[in-house]
Amino acid sequence: MIGAGINRIDGPLKVTGRAAYSYERQDAGQPFYGFIRGAAIGKGKIAGIDTAEAEAAPGVRLVLTHRNVPKQGAFVNKPTIFDRPHPQLTSDRIEYFGEPVAFVVADTFERARAAAALVKVTYAREDGAFDLANHADRAEPQATLSIGLPGETRFGDLEAAMSAGPVTIDQTYTTPYHFSQPMEPHACLADWRDDHLTVYLATQTVAQNRIALAETLGLAADQVTVDAAFVGGGFGSKLYLHAEAVLAALAARELAHPVKVALTRRQVFTLTGHRPEMIHRVRLAATSDGQLTGLGHDVNLQAAVAEPWIEQAATVARSLYAAPNRLTRHSITNLDLKAAEAVRGPGELPGLLAFETAMDELANALDVDPVELRLKNDTAIDPELGVPLNGRRLADCLREGAKRFGWGQRPKTPGSRREGDHLVGYGMAVGIRMHFQGATGAVVRIDPDGRVIVRSDTPDIGTGTYTIAGQIAAEALGIGVNRVTVQLAHSDFPPSAGAGGSWGASNLSIAIDLACQKIRNKIVEAAGPGAAPNDILADVGRWFPEGVEATGQTIGQADDPNFKNYSQNTYGAAFAEVAVDIATGEVRLRRMTGVFAAGRIINAKTARSQLMGGMIWGVSSALHEAAHVDPRHGNWVNGDLAEYLMPVHADIPAIETVLLDDYDEHANHLGIKGVGELGVCGTGAAVSNAVFNATGIRVRDFPITLSKLLSGLPPMRTAA
Amino acid sequence: MKAFTYERPGSAAEAAAAAVRTPGAKFIAGGTNLLDLMKLQIETPTHLVDVNNIGLDRIEPTDQGGLRIGALVRNTDLAADPRIRRDYGVLSRAIVSGASGQLRNKATTAGNLLQRTRCPYFYDTDMPCNKRAPGSGCAAIGGLNANHAILGASEACIATHPSDMAVAMRALDANVETVAPSGASRSIPIADLHRLPGKTPHVETMLEPGELIAAVTLPKPRGGVQLYRKVRERASYAFATVSVALIAKIEEGRVTVDRLAFGGLAHKPWRVEQAERAVAGSDAAADSIADIVLAGARPAEQNAYKLPLVRRTLSATLEHAREGASR
Ligand SMILES: Cc1cc2nc3c(=O)[nH]c(=O)nc-3n(C[C@H](O)[C@H](O)[C@H](O)COP(=O)(O)OP(=O)(O)OC[C@H]3O[C@@H](n4cnc5c(N)ncnc54)[C@H](O)[C@@H]3O)c2cc1C
Ligand code: SF4
Repeated sequence: MIGAGINRIDGPLKVTGRAAYSYERQDAGQPFYGFIRGAAIGKGKIAGIDTAEAEAAPGVRLVLTHRNVPKQGAFVNKPTIFDRPHPQLTSDRIEYFGEPVAFVVADTFERARAAAALVKVTYAREDGAFDLANHADRAEPQATLSIGLPGETRFGDLEAAMSAGPVTIDQTYTTPYHFSQPMEPHACLADWRDDHLTVYLATQTVAQNRIALAETLGLAADQVTVDAAFVGGGFGSKLYLHAEAVLAALAARELAHPVKVALTRRQVFTLTGHRPEMIHRVRLAATSDGQLTGLGHDVNLQAAVAEPWIEQAATVARSLYAAPNRLTRHSITNLDLKAAEAVRGPGELPGLLAFETAMDELANALDVDPVELRLKNDTAIDPELGVPLNGRRLADCLREGAKRFGWGQRPKTPGSRREGDHLVGYGMAVGIRMHFQGATGAVVRIDPDGRVIVRSDTPDIGTGTYTIAGQIAAEALGIGVNRVTVQLAHSDFPPSAGAGGSWGASNLSIAIDLACQKIRNKIVEAAGPGAAPNDILADVGRWFPEGVEATGQTIGQADDPNFKNYSQNTYGAAFAEVAVDIATGEVRLRRMTGVFAAGRIINAKTARSQLMGGMIWGVSSALHEAAHVDPRHGNWVNGDLAEYLMPVHADIPAIETVLLDDYDEHANHLGIKGVGELGVCGTGAAVSNAVFNATGIRVRDFPITLSKLLSGLPPMRTAA
Repeated sequence: MKAFTYERPGSAAEAAAAAVRTPGAKFIAGGTNLLDLMKLQIETPTHLVDVNNIGLDRIEPTDQGGLRIGALVRNTDLAADPRIRRDYGVLSRAIVSGASGQLRNKATTAGNLLQRTRCPYFYDTDMPCNKRAPGSGCAAIGGLNANHAILGASEACIATHPSDMAVAMRALDANVETVAPSGASRSIPIADLHRLPGKTPHVETMLEPGELIAAVTLPKPRGGVQLYRKVRERASYAFATVSVALIAKIEEGRVTVDRLAFGGLAHKPWRVEQAERAVAGSDAAADSIADIVLAGARPAEQNAYKLPLVRRTLSATLEHAREGASR
């Protein structure tokens, strides 16, 4: 059962429209609709706000501003991040463009939106700092990253290695702002009755957002119920509590009537978090046969004073390659933008885009095969932590990928292969992704009639969690998946660490398996020698007329010796072929192969979807994606999906996704790790390196758009 | 979105009359542009005159040997019409290079011609924009203007016209037939339909209030090799950075330019007849054409790359014409 690529058990509900997402839930009866009005400046004060016209508009029930908003709990910068209270409309200060200044509730969505536009706001605008490059001198070194790792690591003497050489790379790369932009915008339906708040919330973290919301509203946690039965994508952006949930809840309580709010697509840009822009300096020193003697990665990233998010971008090399002299450092530059947040592959996506592009520069400078360079610097021991790298199958990924892709056919000289109107190039890069473990509970119940119910508050954000939870329980109990009912993402169920960080599947699977083992033990105890372990359901009917239930608990990594004795990661290698139009510089992917080692795979189909989607993000990070801030105003200029480009179907040819047959005994007793983010790791660099191989042009300012290639392309016959 | 009233008249004349009866009225056809703009309150019509019931949804031969395309013909149907594909290939190619299949199924001939710019500041109602809010300034100047105009722009506005279809129609010397509220009809050469921004970028066409586009007529087929090359940052569903509509005659390996128009460069489809004349009859070289076309170019901060891009794309398109003919 584990490993089988079965279809999603919630698939029929989704394709027939019966899976109700937050905004579609009918549970609370006919709600009112809320609409958020955002600030039209990036920094300053609200000088005046006049709500009279909005209040008098048809159907309007409530207009909230900083002048009448109910008292809320203050923001607390807790290290646990996702349970931080996020009060709204707290003052006349504006700290980022689009920050909510008013919230209008009406009996229809259109009326709420129209009335929101009638709120008259005047501002006292202040000069802000909105662009990273021009304020890079403000960078402040960071001792600790948001996920708790050290901000700086130092071994040996990198400077000395750089001066000794003989071959060195010292380059600067910039990676832009990115957004998660899940298909389902952030939404909340809030229902307040009998002193209790129920929110149907698009979230990745039920227990954490419950605390965040309770603290914001000044309620006890048990006065809040969170239900996130179906979530349409998250990619990090739904880990956090955002304005829509807080404002819906405040209004529902004020009005004693259900209120629902969905962000508009433009508001998904202004009111949820972005991946910060980063300036990377990567240094590499090597012997002439390609042995790394030094590696360095310095990252300066945008942050906001209000809520610093120090992304772990310079950590990617820490466990990746051996080298005696090492230096990795993070700095932040506070700008007057919204606080950054985790976006799929935080740290790894931008970090590997820069670092693995630098490795390609080194291979080129050394004139060695980029695959050979990686193999040569592979290591079984974590070079910084000094413990074994469990499940280290980087070399297997490289060899398998090179073979499948036909790496041997690569153009050895950059810019040398022309096919018709195109320059063709091959590129490769490796990926590494830290594997985490967070405390997670699950309860498994077997009814006397043989129905098996699995419950946990872990949400399924579209990745297939319902299905794999069913598979794990089925395997552990020796029954068919069709016997298992999975219920997720409700705050009445055992709390989990949420769906994010590629840990949902392993956290939940371990908990379910432990619960099932307990049930088995209970049966054996009850039945004694009469037990029929091959028909567990019959046993339950016989020995437990009331049914039987057990809870399984996955411990957090701080308490798990595996995470002290080993350096836990997943691995991959990506190979890409691109064609660059010789006239226009348009880059198009031709094919791509990704080979991954991520422990035991629970469902071959859903895992492949995660990795393939991740690889497409990688392509996007290399060629398409960037959110632009206007440095005069501090706004997101291309804040819609027509202008914030990411690949469309026509950009993505066949992508080969290969999962090595794997089982990581040092990860956990099931051998499972995660795949949610691994696909974005290094795959962008494979594309960036292919562009170099095709053209001989190295673009270090991502994404690689055509205007950055144009001046380096071969001349064309334009004269008679 | 602001509340509005709605009607659905049964003929072109009624529609034109209805549009002036209610101040602030607008026509709606496929709605793929107008509704987006209404949701953002960039367009705030008080009344919608839905033209989907006025007929004008056919493609018919004209007495002059050309075709008359009804204003309500959907982009998909127009691009797929066998006569268009055979005799006006550049038009078919231009249309299918635009938007997406779903959008083209809804989008109409008239709506496509009158779609509004994609300048991102035009779309952000918190930003200054002379086109959206006359007199408020132009945020694109000095801002993000990588895909703005390099030709025909003004101090007030540097936006481009986003339509691909219109570029091909410009190359084909199409005429736009209209019906005024008075019932009078007229025919406007497509060259005159769209205006340059000048001091009044919010006035985008020479149409009078309530004037309805009834059809677009194409002159009789010109023959030749007809190509549309659209340069863009992703393979589909993106607006042109630069596009080239070319009609060329190929004789003995020589490419002679018959008609040539560009998209992505200006506030309207861009055609320089002088450049066509200058190279008439000779084997076309991109430089001699581009030198004339780009003579008055004034790039903004971020779009000077369009100058070499025009040259190179034109060169490649001429080469394609040459190869296409030899195949
Ligand atoms: C995401 C996206 C991507 C796109 N990409 C491209 C692209 O790459 N290339 C491209 O060319 N286009 C592109 N488009 C634009 C698309 O082609 C237009 O939206 C469409 O052609 C508009 O036609 P419509 O019938 O829907 O117009 P509507 O939205 O109904 O109307 C547009 C305008 O025309 C007016 N109007 C409509 N009919 C008449 C009439 N008969 N007489 C007078 N006025 C009239 C309306 O009042 C309105 O002002 C894209 C659109 C979107 C949303
Ligand atoms: S270029 Fe034109 S449309 Fe864009 S902001 Fe300036 S005035 Fe507005």
